[in-house]
Amino acid sequence: MLMFALRRAASAVLVLFAISVLVFAIFFATPGVDPAARIAGRNADQATLAQVRHSFGLDRPLPVQYVLMMRHLFIDRDLESFVNRGAKVIPQITQAAPVTFSLVLGAAVIWLVLGVAMGTFAAHRRGTVVDPFVMLLGLVGVSLPVYWLGEVVNLVTQSRLHDGLFRWVPPLGYVPLTEDPVQWALHLLFPWLTLAVLFAGIYARLLRSELIANLNEDYVRTARAKGISERRILIRHALRCSLIPMVSLFGLDFGALVGGSALLTEIVFGLPGVGRLTFVSLQNIDLPVIMGTVMYAAFFVVLANALVDIAYARLDPRVRDA
Amino acid sequence: MPEPLLEVRDLRVTFRTRRGTVTAVDGLSFSVLEGDTLGVVGESGAGKSVTVLSLLRLIRDPNARITGTALFGGEDLLSMPESDLRAVRGRDISMIFQNPMTALTPVYPIGWHIAEQLRAHEPMSKAAARARAIALLREVGMPNPEVRVDSYPHQLSGGMRQRACIAMALACNPRLLIADEPSTALDVTTQAQILELMLRLRNTHGSAIVLITHDMGVISETADRVLVMYGGRAVEHGSRADVFRRPRHPYTWGLLDSVPRVTGGRVRRLAAIPGSPLSPFEVPTGCVFAARCPHRHEACAQRPELRGVDGHLDACWLPDNRAEIRQQARSSQPAEVGP
Repeated sequence: MLMFALRRAASAVLVLFAISVLVFAIFFATPGVDPAARIAGRNADQATLAQVRHSFGLDRPLPVQYVLMMRHLFIDRDLESFVNRGAKVIPQITQAAPVTFSLVLGAAVIWLVLGVAMGTFAAHRRGTVVDPFVMLLGLVGVSLPVYWLGEVVNLVTQSRLHDGLFRWVPPLGYVPLTEDPVQWALHLLFPWLTLAVLFAGIYARLLRSELIANLNEDYVRTARAKGISERRILIRHALRCSLIPMVSLFGLDFGALVGGSALLTEIVFGLPGVGRLTFVSLQNIDLPVIMGTVMYAAFFVVLANALVDIAYARLDPRVRDA
Repeated sequence: MPEPLLEVRDLRVTFRTRRGTVTAVDGLSFSVLEGDTLGVVGESGAGKSVTVLSLLRLIRDPNARITGTALFGGEDLLSMPESDLRAVRGRDISMIFQNPMTALTPVYPIGWHIAEQLRAHEPMSKAAARARAIALLREVGMPNPEVRVDSYPHQLSGGMRQRACIAMALACNPRLLIADEPSTALDVTTQAQILELMLRLRNTHGSAIVLITHDMGVISETADRVLVMYGGRAVEHGSRADVFRRPRHPYTWGLLDSVPRVTGGRVRRLAAIPGSPLSPFEVPTGCVFAARCPHRHEACAQRPELRGVDGHLDACWLPDNRAEIRQQARSSQPAEVGP
């Protein structure tokens, strides 16, 4: 198991390195892209450009630039923004990360509970009207775009019904968990639900089809012949085996969301998370910040993948021996 | 005659499909005595598996329709409430399935499976169930049962998995063990071991066995009584000696003649039953075997009843001098049959 973890870590480092090179190449070495021109402004003359190049180190050879940037990012940890000079990149990310984490973690709990409950219920009631109804509900959730749903939720809770039913809903924004746990949860409640609706539908549909496939397996017939209850067959046998592919999907979704894919939700609800940070830095082409957020996102995707592999081995004994 | 343990009367299983109604089992009746072994033999599609699955109501297809009665200890399995039947499954009647590769839930060790079976019907602690599981595994000849109890199904060979399934099936000392082709998916030496194991356990546990197979050799070594099925109907039913020494139905003749003999003169060509099994969509009104039967005559347009004397029954319109008819057919073979 230790060797497995070490091997996994080594390959994760390799993937992160490859991503960093790729991102660097895209923003610094793509023909026609000149970071100096961006920084200097639209009508800068050659002298200004040369000065900017020099002061940002952009006149050095590309490999040197890459090494310097990585050194500032990971070793000295003092990489500075190109746009707001003096603003450090890493504190921006460490400030934004807990917001994204709070959002995604809460939403993940909700969508997992909802998805598993809906999927299991639909599979169990297959052949009745309940099944297509639940699945249709899930499909509606999947089809609602987050930005639209989020705006509608805001319209209702912040404006139209804010004086009545939703008086308790705080204004948009974020309150850290350490400051006030109740306000933290209240601020995040609707962002959680909005984000969870999309994923709950996907997970419910996936789980339903997995369950139905598993319920037709020979081992379910064996279990039935043993005289155990339908409930136990459904949960201990079929659901247990159906969870294996769910875990891999969850790991990837979770990693990507923590890495910044919750961007739309963050923007709609005014949450200063990583997605928003990436969005803003992309608008300004603030290369060091982009580099930092991309590396951060890549780290979580890779970490999530590694965790999925380990969880897989825990859940499926056949993988452990392979 | 003692009261039979299981008495099936006029069992009929049909499936509604897009192409029409499929009759898988067509008015089947048989009985199993306490401690007896009934061998059910027939080609694929004869309705053997469907018969036993329907007895425990394990056919979940909503388009299936099962009628008839199956009295087990005086109670009808086919009409009792699901909760009562659940208490019968695994405790009074347990099953072994054909493919041990897929019959166990892959994410649990075999000891867990056996403990689940035990705890489903008798309240006992986890430790006690585990100890009993180890004892059962030892009984079925699993090497190193203390270690193997924690093995996952994929870590065992097919034969070992089938042993684990047998240990599980016998966990609650069932009065009837239904084995649906238990050795078909295994290689020949393992097959023999598994069959020998089942017979040994029958003696120690006192369970009656219904053994389904398409292998006449298996039947000849294990069964006390034999039920020959074709097209969802019983065509011959009798003691092993009757069916093997004095077979009465032309289909049974065909089955017996298609087994190669080790002793005696070598035949030039192994006999086969011409034609192919019945399509389940076209169940004839007359004898089911008529289309492939070399002895077909006018009477075969009527459905023959299963009848006979001294517990040796057959469903055929041929006159009673069957041994002569069979002998004549043999000397004048190969008898060509129409398309």
